[in-house]
Amino acid sequence: MSNEIVEVDFQLPAIKVINHLCKGCGLCIEHCPKNCIEFSGKFNQLGYDYAQYNGEGCTGCSICFYACPEPGAIEVYKKVKGE
Amino acid sequence: MKAQVLAKPKAFYDKFERKGGTNLETTHYCPGCGHGNIHKILAEAIVDFGIQDRTVLVSPVGCSVFAYYYFDIGNVQAAHGRAPAVATGLKRSNKDSIVISYQGDGDLAAIGGAEILNAANRGENITVIFINNAIYGMTGGQMAPTTMVGQKTKTSPFGRSSENEGHPIRMCEIISTLEAPVYVERTALVDFKSINRTKKVLRKALQNQIDNKGFSFVEILAPCPTGWKMSSVDSQKWIEEKMIPYFPVKVFKDISDDIEPRSIKKKTLTDKEILDVLGLAPSGKADTVDKDFLGKFSEQKMKIAGFGGQGVLTAGVMLAAMAMEENLEVSWLPSYGPEMRGGTANCSVHLSNKRIGSPLTTNPNVLIAMNGPSLDAFEDTVEKDGLIITNSSIVDRKVKRDDVKAIEIPLTEMASKMGMTAVANMICIGAYLELTKVIDTATAKDTIKQHLKKKEFVDINLKAIDEGVKYIRENYS
Repeated sequence: MSNEIVEVDFQLPAIKVINHLCKGCGLCIEHCPKNCIEFSGKFNQLGYDYAQYNGEGCTGCSICFYACPEPGAIEVYKKVKGE
Repeated sequence: MKAQVLAKPKAFYDKFERKGGTNLETTHYCPGCGHGNIHKILAEAIVDFGIQDRTVLVSPVGCSVFAYYYFDIGNVQAAHGRAPAVATGLKRSNKDSIVISYQGDGDLAAIGGAEILNAANRGENITVIFINNAIYGMTGGQMAPTTMVGQKTKTSPFGRSSENEGHPIRMCEIISTLEAPVYVERTALVDFKSINRTKKVLRKALQNQIDNKGFSFVEILAPCPTGWKMSSVDSQKWIEEKMIPYFPVKVFKDISDDIEPRSIKKKTLTDKEILDVLGLAPSGKADTVDKDFLGKFSEQKMKIAGFGGQGVLTAGVMLAAMAMEENLEVSWLPSYGPEMRGGTANCSVHLSNKRIGSPLTTNPNVLIAMNGPSLDAFEDTVEKDGLIITNSSIVDRKVKRDDVKAIEIPLTEMASKMGMTAVANMICIGAYLELTKVIDTATAKDTIKQHLKKKEFVDINLKAIDEGVKYIRENYS
């Protein structure tokens, strides 16, 4: 899944937090330079208050992806170069 | 709209089936654990370098013992602290593989201290990733060699004191003093800058191995929020404030640009070459044998027992070697105390036409008792119709059993008359061969010439065989 090209219907760049994989450690929220990730206030099946993208401001910097300890909990969607 | 997506690297399994249970999508690591970040950047590097099909991760004892749940690469799980030793074996036996030793601080700096230092000192062409979180995480937060002075853990509830427990050990500093390591660097997981640096460092350490440059060591200061009883965010701050001042984050050694790729020439020896080097080359006389041992017994199960120093172990080795010369299947299993002389010793020897199932002898069909205690200990275990040879010089009683063949030979006296009591064992072998005809005496003598380390004693040993044969001919035929 890494660095694949996919078709999306939302504004780029953006991130997705896969709700049911998030353990609510808050590191993505702490490190996001644009402060565009927040706790959802809801609990997933694992019992964690998961993080979510607040919908605007993402620059596709990928800092949250590397700050997140969970292999698949965050996905970063960027514009394809040259398009 | 088309988008380029950065997501879980392909070096991870899609689903973590090996984890078992119902949750096969997340790791078993605690929220905020540094292992997750390091796994992710390692997996990404493995994919980017195109080495997924030849990478072997050696996982330690510690939380990352379960790394094989997640990585779709080769994995060997090593005993506590032994990952660098296992990695050495893997790399040396398959030099095209990329071998990564992944260890925590309890594993690497405590119980595995010798393995890591010696692997580094040998300059093994492997990559070592050392996760330093200043605590034993998996076992519940005990003090580790890297625990900070003053840090409270399960086993240092008032804080580590340097007077009582010493100072935290700095592995990068120690390893960088060694001659062989090519690249030694410490990084941390505290912010994006340091995580990015860790990414680069891991890639460099892998590239060094791919280029056959030698030993690379990466220490990563990583958070253990559960063990430290802190939030994930506070844990990263704690690394920055408490750990980095003591464990400086920097390059300690990097000679990777200056050295030539190493090539270790692997010499493969044939079986014959190995036997030649060991001086054990078979004479190649007999091809096949069809021996009828002691009538009903298809396998000679021997127990040779006596005092240490009487040569009972040597007698066993010699008999096994003689039988090998005649293409028999053999086994030899010694049993002795720590004493060189004076204790008791015995060995089990099996000789057979067929493959030998077990080298243990609980019920021998041949007992050679070089002293009294050996006869006492093993007489009752001998199979019916078996053979018991006793050294009548020092065994002061007769064999009680009447369902076995009992042979008495004054081995020690005879050997003493020959001028060397140590050859009593060879006299006994001569007698045994004459009684059973298991091995041709000519083969036996050739074997002695070949195997006896002190060549000046060959003659007297050969003469001893003849004495044994002669004694049986004169007294028991």
